[in-house]
Amino acid sequence: MSILPSTRIYEGTRIPHPVPTILEVDPEKHRLDDILRVNFGPNHPSTHGVLRLVVDLDGETVAGIRAVIGYLHTGFEKNMEHKSWWKSVTYAPRIDYVAFHANELLYVLAIEKLLGIGVPRRAVWARMAMAELNRIHSHLVWLGTSALELGAISLFWYCFDDRDQILDLFEMAGGARMHTRYVQVGGLAEDLPPAFTAEARKFCESMPKSVDEYEAILDRNAIWLERTKGVGLLSADDALALAQSGPMLRSTGVDWDLRRDMPYLAYDEVEFDVPVYPNGDVYDRYKVHMDEMRESVRIVAQCLDRLDETDGEPWIADDRKVVLPPRHELHTSMESLIHHFKIVTEGFIVPEGEVYVAIESPRGEAGCYLVSDGGPRPWRVKFRAPSFAALQATATIVQGLLIADLIAAAGSLDPVMGDADR
Amino acid sequence: MTPQVEWYVSLIQAFIVINLVMATFAYLTLAERKIMGRMQLRYGPNRAGFRGLLQPIADLLKLLNKESFQPTEAINWAFILGPFLAAFTALVTFSVIPFGPGWEVGGVYIPGQVADLDIALILVFAVGSLGVYGFILGGWSSDSKYALLGSMRTCAQLVSYEVALALSVLGVVIMAGTLSLTEIVAAQDDTWWYAAPQFVGLIVFLVAGTAETARAPFDLPEAEQELVAGYHTEYGGMRFGLYSMSEYINLITLSALCVTLFLGGWHGPGFDGASWTGPLWFIGKLVFLLFIFIWMRTTLPRLRYDQLMRFGWKVLLPVATINAVITAILVVAL
Repeated sequence: MSILPSTRIYEGTRIPHPVPTILEVDPEKHRLDDILRVNFGPNHPSTHGVLRLVVDLDGETVAGIRAVIGYLHTGFEKNMEHKSWWKSVTYAPRIDYVAFHANELLYVLAIEKLLGIGVPRRAVWARMAMAELNRIHSHLVWLGTSALELGAISLFWYCFDDRDQILDLFEMAGGARMHTRYVQVGGLAEDLPPAFTAEARKFCESMPKSVDEYEAILDRNAIWLERTKGVGLLSADDALALAQSGPMLRSTGVDWDLRRDMPYLAYDEVEFDVPVYPNGDVYDRYKVHMDEMRESVRIVAQCLDRLDETDGEPWIADDRKVVLPPRHELHTSMESLIHHFKIVTEGFIVPEGEVYVAIESPRGEAGCYLVSDGGPRPWRVKFRAPSFAALQATATIVQGLLIADLIAAAGSLDPVMGDADR
Repeated sequence: MTPQVEWYVSLIQAFIVINLVMATFAYLTLAERKIMGRMQLRYGPNRAGFRGLLQPIADLLKLLNKESFQPTEAINWAFILGPFLAAFTALVTFSVIPFGPGWEVGGVYIPGQVADLDIALILVFAVGSLGVYGFILGGWSSDSKYALLGSMRTCAQLVSYEVALALSVLGVVIMAGTLSLTEIVAAQDDTWWYAAPQFVGLIVFLVAGTAETARAPFDLPEAEQELVAGYHTEYGGMRFGLYSMSEYINLITLSALCVTLFLGGWHGPGFDGASWTGPLWFIGKLVFLLFIFIWMRTTLPRLRYDQLMRFGWKVLLPVATINAVITAILVVAL
């Protein structure tokens, strides 16, 4: 991990003391009755779901802030402990509903690590292609909503038009547009349809042009630059102290990407660059997101080549204790019928142990900690949510900003409340 | 000397003009949604009536049917007065805008505007300033922090940009030598429209006017991503409808004023056809300006509050002042 030498963003640290997530107002100001306490959310047009910000305003300036989360707590982790391993996979994509595939992949990777099961090459490449498509999807949602929050309303529809193409690809592969549950322990739920790579290539050709277009719309706009440059500052040291990851971290000049530095799937076999920007403001976060979309398209294109090469190869591991047997065998093989019955009713058994797996989700390091007691159900599931980590930085980045910037800065954290609250 | 205008002609004309303005407002909302929809890769309203043409009427019926509730702590009289004041002042201003040369029908003279005042331009600005009270009252009386912040912003923004707006038309007034809108239009007959010599004035007028009517990129008073809906957060039903109406009518009036002052009013470009083509030219130019306002809204992000203030006081005001001074010097020298 290296940190770019950058112009000093600010001296020392800005993390509030003693509680790093609460910015307290100077008591003197409270005494003078100068402070207006405004409650942004949980029902507010631009809090990305149900984030609640209790803001103390001095005029239009943010003097104090407290981010309140928990309005979207759904108890996913606890629920997963009551379902068999293969059933609980459906919960994972619903945790971070924008980066649905990343979470699903993460959970399945963790189970596979506990099982020690190998995954066929074709499945690995398909998973990677979809992970990167999902990253573009997530970044497009981020870009559209962030631009919307700064008043550039049209970009929202342009982004969602491209996003729809990605969802079409997911629908083509798994039958569902979001929450596909396409990743199966041991591989994929079924093989990719024959036309998938051709359709995905079309997208790979159009997407870089779209990104260039979005950049042209925003980067040539003086108002956009004024609104984003130098806003929501976070230094590299503070970012590391606040456990930031993903685009948040890379926008502060820290060169860290799990795909390159702790490769999983087959990221060590593809070529891509990790965009890093040094200034730690909203503009640099936006640039990181834009560049990552371009890089993701590059990765998808490489995955598609490998998928064409591996056409016709198996897409799921041949392990009858974990993977459902092919349908036609049920009529001819007694053993297959027994395996099918056992997996569907009881679920497969995962050996005793605990494991932590981390991947680079669109929002940063998404981790999954699993404990198995050797039964058909997980004993403990815990997700390390990048949105939760990002929200820790709220009080640090909004200091001294105006309300309008508060919205821009909070949006640039890219929090998905389902992910933060779980 | 203009012929005497009978009182009943004025009455009928006022009635017709008010209704025409209301109809323009109604279809401006539809046009805005349609154009924005097309620019944003979607259709816009297309369910009510043929291609959505009945949408404004459906909107109106919906708003009329809604309950007009108000927060318990709201100041009653101010809460109710706010939207009415805003809507009333918005409608009044249109009465002095000339839209035609005047006609003689069956021995009765019909003027090209509802009221021909010598100080029409001053009246427009005076009534416009009164309209600000509608927005401030509504936001301040609704006992909501968002509405309070919104009306504070409105207050500051409208007051600062009104200065630049008034100064930007000074050049036109100096060149025409009159404050009467009919005479300003007459002065642009058979010569360059003031848009050419007063190009700087036109730009300042359009920018300040955008801020004055709180349109994007200056729509801070009701920046929905920050302040939910600004000063009319707590309003519902037809009271909200009145606020919305006054905003759109202000926009129409401002565009009409721009046409009158800078784009030759009801005159055609270089030639005038039959006298009945006057209103058509006027409406054509008006529609063109309104389209530009809608176009800007789809394209531009919103300014921040301090940037808005800096822009108004440090850029627009000096430019407008210099423009007025240079115009005055040139008019005296030539």
